[in-house]
Amino acid sequence: MSIAAKNICKSFGQKKVLHNVTVEAPTGSLVALLGPSGSGKTTLLRIIAGLDSPDSGSVHYSDDDITQSSARERNIGFVFQHYALFKHMTVFENVAFGLRVRRWPEPRIRERVSELLKLVRLDELAHRYPTQLSGGQKQRIALIRSLAPQPRVMLLDEPFGALDAKIRAELRQWLRKFHDEFHVTSLFVTHDQDEAFEVSDWIVIMRDGRVEQFGRPADVFEHPASEFVMDFLGNVNKIPVRLHNGRALLGQMEMPVKQTPSAGSVQNLWLGNKSNNGKSQEDAGHVYVRPHELDIERQASPAESLPAKIMHINTAGSVVKIRLVAEQFGLLVNVDLSPERFQVLKLQIGEVVYILPKKARIFVDDYVI
Amino acid sequence: MNPNFSTQFGQKKTQNDPFWVRCLLTGSAIVLLTILVIVPLISVYKEALNDGVIAYFETLFDDADAGSAIRLTLLVAPCSVLLNTIFGVIAAWLLSRFRFTGRGILSVLIDIPFAVSPVVAGLMFVLLFGATGFFGPWLRQQGWQILFEFPALVIATTFTTLPFVVRELIPVLEAIGPEEEFAAVSLGASPWQIFRQITLPNIKWGLLYGIILCNARAMGEFGAVYVVSGHIAQETNTMPLQIEQFFQGFQSRSAFALASVLTFLAIVSLILKVMVEKQVRSTMKSVSQGHTGSHSQSE
Repeated sequence: MSIAAKNICKSFGQKKVLHNVTVEAPTGSLVALLGPSGSGKTTLLRIIAGLDSPDSGSVHYSDDDITQSSARERNIGFVFQHYALFKHMTVFENVAFGLRVRRWPEPRIRERVSELLKLVRLDELAHRYPTQLSGGQKQRIALIRSLAPQPRVMLLDEPFGALDAKIRAELRQWLRKFHDEFHVTSLFVTHDQDEAFEVSDWIVIMRDGRVEQFGRPADVFEHPASEFVMDFLGNVNKIPVRLHNGRALLGQMEMPVKQTPSAGSVQNLWLGNKSNNGKSQEDAGHVYVRPHELDIERQASPAESLPAKIMHINTAGSVVKIRLVAEQFGLLVNVDLSPERFQVLKLQIGEVVYILPKKARIFVDDYVI
Repeated sequence: MNPNFSTQFGQKKTQNDPFWVRCLLTGSAIVLLTILVIVPLISVYKEALNDGVIAYFETLFDDADAGSAIRLTLLVAPCSVLLNTIFGVIAAWLLSRFRFTGRGILSVLIDIPFAVSPVVAGLMFVLLFGATGFFGPWLRQQGWQILFEFPALVIATTFTTLPFVVRELIPVLEAIGPEEEFAAVSLGASPWQIFRQITLPNIKWGLLYGIILCNARAMGEFGAVYVVSGHIAQETNTMPLQIEQFFQGFQSRSAFALASVLTFLAIVSLILKVMVEKQVRSTMKSVSQGHTGSHSQSE
């Protein structure tokens, strides 16, 4: 059962929250709607669920246009950030609710509920009330409650947003395992990029009510479509450069933007644009370099490296994180080295070393005009 | 952030006030309450029981006027409460769950009975249903008599007690929030199932509280009912009207006996109210704790 929202527009009063958004979740996939708060992702999810109606556009489950169907008829499972468990009902009755309203026979209800409770290993809590459960337990109950009536699709609104870091990480893995077992097409909203990358098959990045990028997690990470995506995914050095004849320069150092195929094509575009305008004078811009795309050398290799002073070294973790200041430009740079490389270099705090970029990205949009 | 913070702070401040200030404040409150509430309350019973208990019950049960007034009040009040409960639940649900045009006007209209004097309210209904009133001629054609009959008593009482249930339910519904209802919709529940199985259990204590207040006020209603009833003994005299008639007719023993019954009903309401109030507070508290707890973790 694939889910698609096509050309959705939605306004609340004067404020337009979704601008012609199209999103698709292929059958059996787990898709993350990722974006900062206010990007319209929750509104989009609620429209897909039928809890809100779009001003224009349509919602499809497989080939059925269900834009006009009520939430009741859509047969969805919806998981809320704050669980929304029925406080006056026991855990058992919560899970059984969707089955009772569908008039399942009592023996089948008991069978189904206890099967699901066993699955999340909470069968001993069947007669407790929601207030007696921890956050993680509540969310697992909310999840099996929505799964109980065998929904065609699952929609999750920041399902782990209210939990603390450890339980969050556990539940993420658990959700992935769960999805691999049931293969219900699922769409989940999150503002946490780690969560999106860890759990999902596809990622939709949203910004200000528009889809910024749609793709496989690896593609989104490797080939961000825009500065916004790059910035939002985080953990990146943003380096101001001068753009001169198709070269990005920081001082005398040239950023290796042409070395990557995607950035190369991007650069051609940018060059084309510049020649169309008949301008070749210098422009200011930014290149983006991830910490692991930088290397450190003790010797200056001419023109290609940036002298910087080591401010901080963090060896805890699988990579060694080094923070440096390039005093010449007042620029703070983060570099990730492999422990082996770090061993070879024997770096100390306060030393001046040379940063060497292996790869850099530049985005065209901002320089067009 | 912490809802208890301000109250803790407040308590600390009062505890820091000097001893004599606290004594003066509590003392004056007690004196005032004694003079204005407790002494009059006791004196009603003292007057009623002046000629002994037997005479008291004789006055109550042998007097046809008093008996009829009690029965009428016990009939009018539940009818009004029922109407106000149905209206109150619907209006509170609309006002707390939806943003629609005219929402502000509806909210203001609901409070009108609090602002308008009951006598004026009664006059409004006389103008509406009277022989020359807006609906009067039409009603007469149908052969229906509203004014000076049971329906008028119910309508007038319903009007003056209209805001109680709504005003009690709105904060409860807002505190609970719509999430559980959304969850029920997504699980395939019909609107009626949602109301019966999700909303009603969540608001039951708030609803009961509103009903008790509404009922207490309905039993004591005088002004509006006085105007529309025509105060006919044994027909349209409710307890407050009958008490007044006894009193004006120098039957003060009967007046006080009947007044003591009305007072008794009020005290019962008060006890119920206090009991229910605790439940309402604990539901509101559990809801707000649940919300702040999860929010502080998510921030």
